[in-house]
Amino acid sequence: MLRYIEKIGRATVGSIEELGYASSLLAESFYWIVFGARRGQAVSVSATFYQMLQVGIAAIPICAALSFAVGIMLAIQGINTLKAFGAESQVVVGIALSVTREFAPLIIGILIAGRSGSAIAARVGTMQVSQEIDALRVIGISPVRYLVVPALLAMIVMVPTLTFFADIVGMFGGAFFSVLELDISMQAYIDRTIKALVVDDVMQGLWKSVVFAVIIAIVGFVNGFSVSGGAEGVGKATTRSVVQAISLIIVADMVFTFYLNH
Amino acid sequence: MNKKIAEPVVEVQSLVAHYGSCEVLHGVDLSIQDGEIMVIMGGSGSGKSTVLRHMLGLNTPTSGVIKLLGQDITHISASKMDALRRNIGVSFQGGALFNSMTVGENIALPLREHTQLDEKTIRIMCRMKLELVNLAGFENLMPAQLSGGMVKRAALARAIIMDPKLLFFDEPSAGLDPVVSAELDELILRIRQAMKTTIVVVTHELDSTFRIADRITVLDQGNILMVGAIDEVRNSKNKRIKDLLERRAREIKIDAEEYLNRLTGETG
Repeated sequence: MLRYIEKIGRATVGSIEELGYASSLLAESFYWIVFGARRGQAVSVSATFYQMLQVGIAAIPICAALSFAVGIMLAIQGINTLKAFGAESQVVVGIALSVTREFAPLIIGILIAGRSGSAIAARVGTMQVSQEIDALRVIGISPVRYLVVPALLAMIVMVPTLTFFADIVGMFGGAFFSVLELDISMQAYIDRTIKALVVDDVMQGLWKSVVFAVIIAIVGFVNGFSVSGGAEGVGKATTRSVVQAISLIIVADMVFTFYLNH
Repeated sequence: MNKKIAEPVVEVQSLVAHYGSCEVLHGVDLSIQDGEIMVIMGGSGSGKSTVLRHMLGLNTPTSGVIKLLGQDITHISASKMDALRRNIGVSFQGGALFNSMTVGENIALPLREHTQLDEKTIRIMCRMKLELVNLAGFENLMPAQLSGGMVKRAALARAIIMDPKLLFFDEPSAGLDPVVSAELDELILRIRQAMKTTIVVVTHELDSTFRIADRITVLDQGNILMVGAIDEVRNSKNKRIKDLLERRAREIKIDAEEYLNRLTGETG
């Protein structure tokens, strides 16, 4: 019994410690963004663009495929459900709102967590094991400035960008199915979508995706930097970072949605 | 060394360090003079790697003072520490080359990050250091394409690219065959001769120690057993040092009762 209580206690202390580490990592990243140049260690623009390419541009095909599929899926479900009320044509509004407010940011968040969050944890974990992080520090290069900041900035720019892209592709997917199924023209679908949407709907999704971006980057780095114990440790950290990032994204999404709609 | 009695380049005073709640260094004192090669020797678990990590500022000590080039790194601002690090080179045990960069990029990194030199100058300086470590022409290879000895030499080239006043080696001959390891020893001596660098080597290799050392510090279980020149260490009467030199197994005294308790998992 006592052993279980001790276990719970240790786990609690462990997670609080990790949360503290994550916050300090985030704070230090902002420090370097603002004061890096003044300390003679400016954040590398080319490294940031390289990360953007990796995180964002390289993910466009898969993002397009997934959001298109989600759009179609929403159209199928929406038309089926609304049929019961004879209101199939209202599916346009349903798709527009659920894609922009919920599905696009969530799908992109989960996709990037699996794709790039895990890559961050694996890369940093390997560097930790092979003493490359120590080498950076003794050369006098802050690992936070050199590794964390470019990836964090790239995430903060690219995840919302991809989300906006997924908004459009997702709605197009919905339109594609609805046009075939409901006998309305594409032009009519687009007109009704534009009428149904307000800027706020899109912005809500984009703000969420900024939060997701920070979660993915910081969770990846926290797990990567805490790797110990060789290759097996790297594997564990990678898995852990994906699970943690996706869980945090879903919880953050719920909290965010609750506050934005009150 | 003909000016005033020079201030030591490295000075460690009563360094105490813990891993978790376990004390691994029990008050280590160490003083290394300008231009000397000091070898810190000891078996596994003697605390030599821990001493090194503290001297590099990678770990924070529980108590004690660590002065490098006259500055106490336990109470130093981050920007001063950065400046100090430009005068210090480190060659890690596994080389710790950045795997995503070529050898040339690895060696150029400190210059690119810390200086405003133009690309041409940087490239020339890299080639000079590569010549010095006998790796000329290898700058476009990736670290994964190099042999163990070449990785170490490339790491050494990166460590000396800023012409440091102080150079640290962690287990320079670990994992190398005797010939390559001997070559690396010669290289260390050559660098000291060419650059007047103060060099600190952490190792357990006896041959290499006796080849390169000016003075030797013998560490054992978190304490310094002795500091002295090669002959003093060789002729030491201390039993633990003799064990280390003659590669004798440690005699471990067994307390019968404690042993039983350990086996049964009961805490005495």
